[in-house]
Amino acid sequence: MLTDRRKWFLKGLKDGIPIMLGYFAVSIALGISARNAGMTAPQATIASALIMASAGQYIGFTLIAAGASYLEVVVMEAIANARYLLMSCALSQKVDSGLPLRHRLLMGLWITDEIFGVSVSVEGRLNPYYNYGMAAVATPGWALGTLMGVVLGNALPVRVVSALSVGLFGMFMSIFVPPMRKNRIIAALVALSFMASYAMNALSWFDGISSGMKIILLTVVISLGAALLFPVKGEGDADEA
Amino acid sequence: MKHNVYLYILGMWAVSYLIRVLPLTLIRRQITNKTIRSFLFYVPYVTLAVMTFPAILSATQTPVSAWLALAGGLALAWFGGSLFQVSVACCAIVFVAELVLRV
Repeated sequence: MLTDRRKWFLKGLKDGIPIMLGYFAVSIALGISARNAGMTAPQATIASALIMASAGQYIGFTLIAAGASYLEVVVMEAIANARYLLMSCALSQKVDSGLPLRHRLLMGLWITDEIFGVSVSVEGRLNPYYNYGMAAVATPGWALGTLMGVVLGNALPVRVVSALSVGLFGMFMSIFVPPMRKNRIIAALVALSFMASYAMNALSWFDGISSGMKIILLTVVISLGAALLFPVKGEGDADEA
Repeated sequence: MKHNVYLYILGMWAVSYLIRVLPLTLIRRQITNKTIRSFLFYVPYVTLAVMTFPAILSATQTPVSAWLALAGGLALAWFGGSLFQVSVACCAIVFVAELVLRV
């Protein structure tokens, strides 16, 4: 049991490295926005270490700069981060049903798009130590990148930031592409998701909807449609398509 | 700023944490409903795909380098590239492409 924890924690540390690099790059831009919002380096760094949400923090910083009320900030934060609710539901089915509460409380701290994406794609049951390993390297990347953004501002070479910022999308691809080979429904769903997401961003009807809300709407509609049309067989784990 | 920034941060953290932790702590058993299970099975793939495209196109200095990274990343992942390999390859493609394009 102990070696199992160790094994998963170490695997998490390793798989967390690309997350850390991507986070470092993305959070530099976030740090710059925090600086523009009038936040100090400690404030922005603490916010990043705790909140770990790109769009959510960006919206929060913008509202803070505008002097919005606490309630407004909290409500917008909930809307921007609502997709984590879905991710948390999916993770609840991925962990052992006997997983103690303390592990559930800890895992919840680090449900980010990336840590979720990587951890939900493991074979079989998810060991929480995998998430802890990833969080142990990803969190400093996110916090330090934010700090760099506040301190250095725009002094970093744009080309480096530009290159690093696609790293996170590369990670996503390495998660959703391999199952497309084995499962034609997933392949079709990914193609449909690309097109629907593109359409929703291109059409001006949806301009009033935040990007976080678009992600939720698309995810719910497409996944629900697929669940109704192509229910997953298999009586054991939900990961047996 | 009239408000205390640390209170803002605390509020942002608290609401984000509640959203993240509630389903995980409240749903303690395996869901047996076939539709819900199927829905949750499809959620990760759909949400990651939706977050990737078209967002990747505006992440770089020019959409051209992003398109190349998208194509390269998809191909490499299809042929078995690991998480780390695909991620680094995408960064490298953008870096080289923007060097060549002189953007």
